[in-house]
Amino acid sequence: MSTLDIARTVDAKGLSCPMPIVKTAQAAKEMPSGALLEVLSTDAGSVKDFAAWSKSTGNEIVEQSADGGVYRFVLRKK
Amino acid sequence: MADTINLVLFSGTDDKLQAAAILTAGAAALGKRVNIFLQYWALDAFRKDRIDLDHGLAPEAGAEGRMAVDQLRAAGQASWKETLAQAKELGEVDIQACSLSMDVLRLEESDLDPIVDGVEGVTAFYLNTNEGDIIFI
Repeated sequence: MSTLDIARTVDAKGLSCPMPIVKTAQAAKEMPSGALLEVLSTDAGSVKDFAAWSKSTGNEIVEQSADGGVYRFVLRKK
Repeated sequence: MADTINLVLFSGTDDKLQAAAILTAGAAALGKRVNIFLQYWALDAFRKDRIDLDHGLAPEAGAEGRMAVDQLRAAGQASWKETLAQAKELGEVDIQACSLSMDVLRLEESDLDPIVDGVEGVTAFYLNTNEGDIIFI
């Protein structure tokens, strides 16, 4: 179990592409640099999407896991 | 990938408009600017009095395609209009109506849904493409 200081969680479970990324980008916009954002998604495509988004925007993936069809990402706002 | 993506929307069926909306939202999420140019049947779908109506699906969909799309909507997928609205909130998305198509369809700017930002000709559209790709849907 991680002990990260999550500033905000985006629950994107049940949303299909591109909404997990869109919701995440919206949330990240409102967060200060360095803050941690947690995202929960059930969209299998989101694994690659988050890797690409992270690489492209510079918001680093700090932690990532999958459990019973739910993908969890923790990202650090650049 | 360029900083700007340009979409020319010609088709007015819900599946193609949804595809366009998803491409737009994805680009906006990556911080790209999206310029959308509405022509013909896509423009018609953005009429204030028609935007919320059922615009059908492309012929390739068939009955199976119809069912698949309906299932996804029933599961809570956002409509193309909602997806575009979210993309606009997220990033720089500019939606322009093609002035020629406005003439062909005999429309005034006031006939269009407010999600449309203005009317322009193809020259202005080209000048704003900023060396980004132009995608025709």
